[in-house]
Amino acid sequence: MNAVPKLARRDAVAALLKDRKDLLVVTGLGSPTYDVHAAGDRDDNYYLWGAMGAAALVGLGLALAQPKRRVLVVTGDGEQLMGLGGLATIAAARPRNLTVAVIDNQHYGETGMQASHTGRGIDLAAIAGASGFVTAVTLRTLDEIAAVAPSFNEEGAGPRLYVIKVAADSPPRSMPSRDAVFIKNRFRAHLGFPPG
Amino acid sequence: MAEGRSTGEYWPNEIHRVLKEAKVRQMGYVPDAGHGALIDLFQADREVVSTVLTTEEEGVAIAAGAWLGGQRSVLLMQSSGVGNCINMLSLPAIARFPLLILVTMRGEWAEFNPWQVPMSRATQPALEAIGMKVMRAETAEDLIATVQAAADFAFDGDQQVAVLIGQRLLGRKKW
Repeated sequence: MNAVPKLARRDAVAALLKDRKDLLVVTGLGSPTYDVHAAGDRDDNYYLWGAMGAAALVGLGLALAQPKRRVLVVTGDGEQLMGLGGLATIAAARPRNLTVAVIDNQHYGETGMQASHTGRGIDLAAIAGASGFVTAVTLRTLDEIAAVAPSFNEEGAGPRLYVIKVAADSPPRSMPSRDAVFIKNRFRAHLGFPPG
Repeated sequence: MAEGRSTGEYWPNEIHRVLKEAKVRQMGYVPDAGHGALIDLFQADREVVSTVLTTEEEGVAIAAGAWLGGQRSVLLMQSSGVGNCINMLSLPAIARFPLLILVTMRGEWAEFNPWQVPMSRATQPALEAIGMKVMRAETAEDLIATVQAAADFAFDGDQQVAVLIGQRLLGRKKW
């Protein structure tokens, strides 16, 4: 059994995004959305506030539509557990420009910190690796994150997934707009597309 | 050859043509006999990226991502798959993402498998309850015009549209 993670999630997400160039970022509902917003609101962030299970697959659709850009999905263990089949779908699609970062606090933070499957031994990186992600590893320190973060800006040999073990803390919410049409159109405008 | 197939034998080609004219660039699907010919056409089409799904709601999320990235898409499923999609349809509903779903109906015409019937009965009400526009076609000719109208409504009118393809049009399933 591994030790209880100590890494603060906000520090982990800030480190993930520190070397961001023109990465397009999609965030999963709950804390990952707050964490990415806390690192700095940007037009090229697409925040989800619901549709649990969607984040990695919104990232896939975006990555397929924008093969010359790189896409980073930042989501949580609860959402990715709901979308396990989506890992198989992403692996089968083999996008070279998609990285999924699962901020894994081993709990359902939004609903009262109930233990999730990852706290009971389920290994999301192993599942992604078995599915065919070309990189699927678990990170536990800021140094480990800093070592891989620049690579999110580069094309890979296929989809990549990082599980980042973080403490089950609840930093103050940092909330982007909940107006989904506004966020969508802001993101599309960033890519040069009209509202719609 | 399925019963009644002769008059509509080429409808998958026509649907493919209509969707190409509508500038569809991505297609998501869960394997389905009724959509089989259309799936084959898209998979042979190098201008369209086809993505096989483990469950239908994945395709709703992929369609949203495609639109964020400037591409139109279509999602193919069977009526049973509609039930898998309901919460995910919150995403296009609240963010007003264009969405076009083609649904082959089971459980309503010469169906031998009673397990298909409950979700068949729930398909249209469930889609309407989450805010989708539902259109329906029972003949090949009507289907082509309906898909054309649905594509315009989705991509030009920013709507979420499902076209239900009647089981009568698809024909009797042979075993």
